[in-house]
Amino acid sequence: MGRYIARRLLLTIPVLIGASFLIFALVYALPGDPIRALGGDRPLAPAVVAQLRDEFNLNDPLWLQYVKYMGDLLQGDFGTDFRGRPVLDTVERTLPVTIRLTIVAIAFEAVIGIVAGVLAGIRRNGFLDNVVLVSSTLVVSIPILVLGFVAQFVFGLQFGWFPIAGIQEGWYSYLLPGLVLAAGSLAYVARLTRTSVAENLRADFVRTAKAKGLPRRTVVVRHTLRNSLIPVVTFIGADIGTLMGGAIVTETVFNLPGLGRAVFDAIQGQEGAVVVGIVTLMVFFFVFFNLAVDVLYAVLDPRIRYD
Amino acid sequence: MTRPDPSTSVLPGTGLGTPVLEVDDLHVEFRTRSGVVSAVNGVSYSLTEGETLAILGESGSGKSVSAQAIMGILDSPPAVISGGGIHFEGRDLLTMSPEEQRKVRGPGISMIFQDALSSLNPVYSVGYQIGEMFRAHRGTSRRDAKKRAIELMDRVRIPGAASRVNDYPHQFSGGMRQRVMIAMAIALDPRVLIADEPTTALDVTVQAQVMDLLEDLQRDTGMGLVLITHDLGVVNEVADNVAVMYAGRIVERGTVDDVFSNPAHPYTDGLMSSVPQVEAKGGRLLPIDGQPPNLAAIPSGCPFHPRCSRRRLGDAAAPGRECATDLPPLRLVAPGREAACHYSEEVLGV
Repeated sequence: MGRYIARRLLLTIPVLIGASFLIFALVYALPGDPIRALGGDRPLAPAVVAQLRDEFNLNDPLWLQYVKYMGDLLQGDFGTDFRGRPVLDTVERTLPVTIRLTIVAIAFEAVIGIVAGVLAGIRRNGFLDNVVLVSSTLVVSIPILVLGFVAQFVFGLQFGWFPIAGIQEGWYSYLLPGLVLAAGSLAYVARLTRTSVAENLRADFVRTAKAKGLPRRTVVVRHTLRNSLIPVVTFIGADIGTLMGGAIVTETVFNLPGLGRAVFDAIQGQEGAVVVGIVTLMVFFFVFFNLAVDVLYAVLDPRIRYD
Repeated sequence: MTRPDPSTSVLPGTGLGTPVLEVDDLHVEFRTRSGVVSAVNGVSYSLTEGETLAILGESGSGKSVSAQAIMGILDSPPAVISGGGIHFEGRDLLTMSPEEQRKVRGPGISMIFQDALSSLNPVYSVGYQIGEMFRAHRGTSRRDAKKRAIELMDRVRIPGAASRVNDYPHQFSGGMRQRVMIAMAIALDPRVLIADEPTTALDVTVQAQVMDLLEDLQRDTGMGLVLITHDLGVVNEVADNVAVMYAGRIVERGTVDDVFSNPAHPYTDGLMSSVPQVEAKGGRLLPIDGQPPNLAAIPSGCPFHPRCSRRRLGDAAAPGRECATDLPPLRLVAPGREAACHYSEEVLGV
């Protein structure tokens, strides 16, 4: 197991290098001149432009820019945006917002998704099963952008239950965006749990558990749910990484100053160092949580062993 | 009930013994959208202490379904017990509350299944799954339950029980897994053990070991054993009495020696002729023509008549004994012999 984890961790290095280069090239390929755009309506003096271009290595070819960036990175210098603010400061400021948003979203996804899925799976084709089926299909088919605006309008504006935007009210401000962010995965978790529970209820070992005279509670909780939740838990684990990266739309709609917003702004300003830094961080989270899930999988299912 | 042959009885001197399990005119239906499937159509038998009753039949004959009805583990819906009674130690299981029924499973009646790998939960150790019997029924502590599990694994002759108690089912061989199932089933000294094709999934050599183990355990505990199988060899070796099932009915019943040496029903006769015999080496095997009946549309009259070589139709039949219209009841055809055929006497050759 230790060797397996070490190998997987080593494998993340080429993934991170590849991802960062790809992002770097994409930012490079964006049309327009980021330095000229800095001045807005009033063009900057040619001397200033030349100095800035030189300072940010913008006159170098792509590969050299990348090598210089990585060289700085290895010395712990994550670079600055064009206004001179260190990228690390931006991450430090925005990462906690995104982490909170992700925690709220995962909590919704796990609690509501699993409970709905279990209830639907135990009473297959019952009333609740159909409710879950219809509502999850509905949620999955609505784009998150639309869902976000509708939630904002209905629950924020019309009912006034939740703040419409920003993070002024602490954790409470995260509830609505968290639910919107989680919606798609929540529906998926409900369906996955439902299928898994329904399938396991028909398993031979559940029949054995009944034949052993175990109380119904034990049959359902220990011999059905425990087995059914293995794929669900692994999906939710892998989804943490996805949600952190997928928060861009939600953070923009609800105006949350998180990583997603920061990267959105940086792309508009063609801030290469910022975009690459943040996106590479997101890739790292994604890779890390996937590894964590694979390790968790072996813990949950004794049949899985990594050597 | 037939008196077991004293020479093969596992409890010599106890005579008839007391019936522990009595099944009375049991009917089970599967009510599906595409129609009603009659899986069990009036099965009756009783089992005494220490008796081994083999229930013999091909797939779809209702042998497993009737066992699941006894255990109360039918998949319902769609399965419904539509009639009859099941008495365990004189108490009717079908009128008991679900909670009382549950308490019978394990200490009263327990069951082992064909495929031990899928019948054991893959995510719990075998020790945990055996120990669960004590924890659920006797409130034993986790630690003591584990000790008891090791004792039981020793008793079913799993080598190195103490070191293997924390292993998972997939780490055992097929034969050892079936021993784990057996250990679980006998944990609370049940009065009746139902073994549903316990050796079908195993190698021939391992089959013999598992059957030996079951026989030994039965001798030690005096429990009644219902052995569901389609394996004539296994029946011949271990059973006292045999009930042959066809299309959800018992078509013949008697001691194993009687039934095997001189069948009273054409179906049993056909089964015997379709199995290789050492004495008849070189002779031809005679398969039974046709297919097992569709349980959603069981043939009228005797369900076996479309496949029967001795059937008598129309004017050839005796009055009230027309094979395609009159259902033959299970009746006494010779001392200690019952068969459901209008012409059993001819089959017997008496």
